[in-house]
Amino acid sequence: MTLRPGTRVRTSSADPDHHTRLPRYLRGQAGEIVYAGREWPLPDDVARGVAAPRAETVYTVRFAAAGLWGTGRHTVLADLWESYLEQADGEGEGEDDGQAGSADDGQAGSQDGGRAGSADDGPQEER
Amino acid sequence: MTAEPHHHDLPVAARVRRLEERVIAAGLTSDGELDEALARFYARATPINGARLVARAWTDPRFRARLLADSSAAAAELGFGPQVSDYQLRAVANSARRHNVIVCTLCSCYPVALLGPSPSWYKSLAYRSRTVREPRAVLSEFGLVVPEEVDIAVWDSTAETRYLVLPVRPDGTDSLAEDELATLVTRDGLIGTARV
Repeated sequence: MTLRPGTRVRTSSADPDHHTRLPRYLRGQAGEIVYAGREWPLPDDVARGVAAPRAETVYTVRFAAAGLWGTGRHTVLADLWESYLEQADGEGEGEDDGQAGSADDGQAGSQDGGRAGSADDGPQEER
Repeated sequence: MTAEPHHHDLPVAARVRRLEERVIAAGLTSDGELDEALARFYARATPINGARLVARAWTDPRFRARLLADSSAAAAELGFGPQVSDYQLRAVANSARRHNVIVCTLCSCYPVALLGPSPSWYKSLAYRSRTVREPRAVLSEFGLVVPEEVDIAVWDSTAETRYLVLPVRPDGTDSLAEDELATLVTRDGLIGTARV
């Protein structure tokens, strides 16, 4: 699975009993893929000494501050391994998602999309 | 927050020392060897490196495009390839509409080779927890007032990418040469807690 830029995702809400690199403040949050990076070994496996750690695509995911904290107009971007994410654009995910999502999109999202887009357009233009 | 406690006083320093003692006791290395390795690394790790990337980007639009498209490759063009080979480097550009700032909420990830040793405040719980939550307030405590109409993007270095901010070239610097421009760029400007 490769998630394309613009894909709405939700982060895992799991509370693992091992090392992970999904920060707690980003658990169970709605975000948007802005960049699909290369594959890196999954730290959750590496830290547990798994003999053949999974290698997964690491995505840069954008979160609206209002969604994370209930306030703020900034955006937070984090690099997250694929297994921390699930696609969130299904209807089943619920109205919460749709509402929060579209509210975010309407403000931070669209303008920001343009802006982050332009920052991130570099690679796409080049390719 | 800008008061910097001595690194030696931080609890983490004691933990690192304990780890060093174990490794040395196991015969894997020695204090001398560790000191030498650190000295070698830090001798070349300075914000002058990051400043050189920025000054080149300010003076060469094509380099700027390459830096934003593939920062690791662009850094290699200036001879920093080996120093940034352990991670993916990504420069993020400030503009009139957007200000970028770097943090690592999980620990203190940071491109040391290009920015020099990280300041103590970068590793503080206050900076790490507040920057993702109220960056405008944090930046104003650094003396950087970001106008309301400018959006703030906070990059949390949670994986294998290390970030560097590409500041906006200051007004009135048209007559400056690349090496003069490089002297304007500060470590904090590369982190995003200063304008340049």
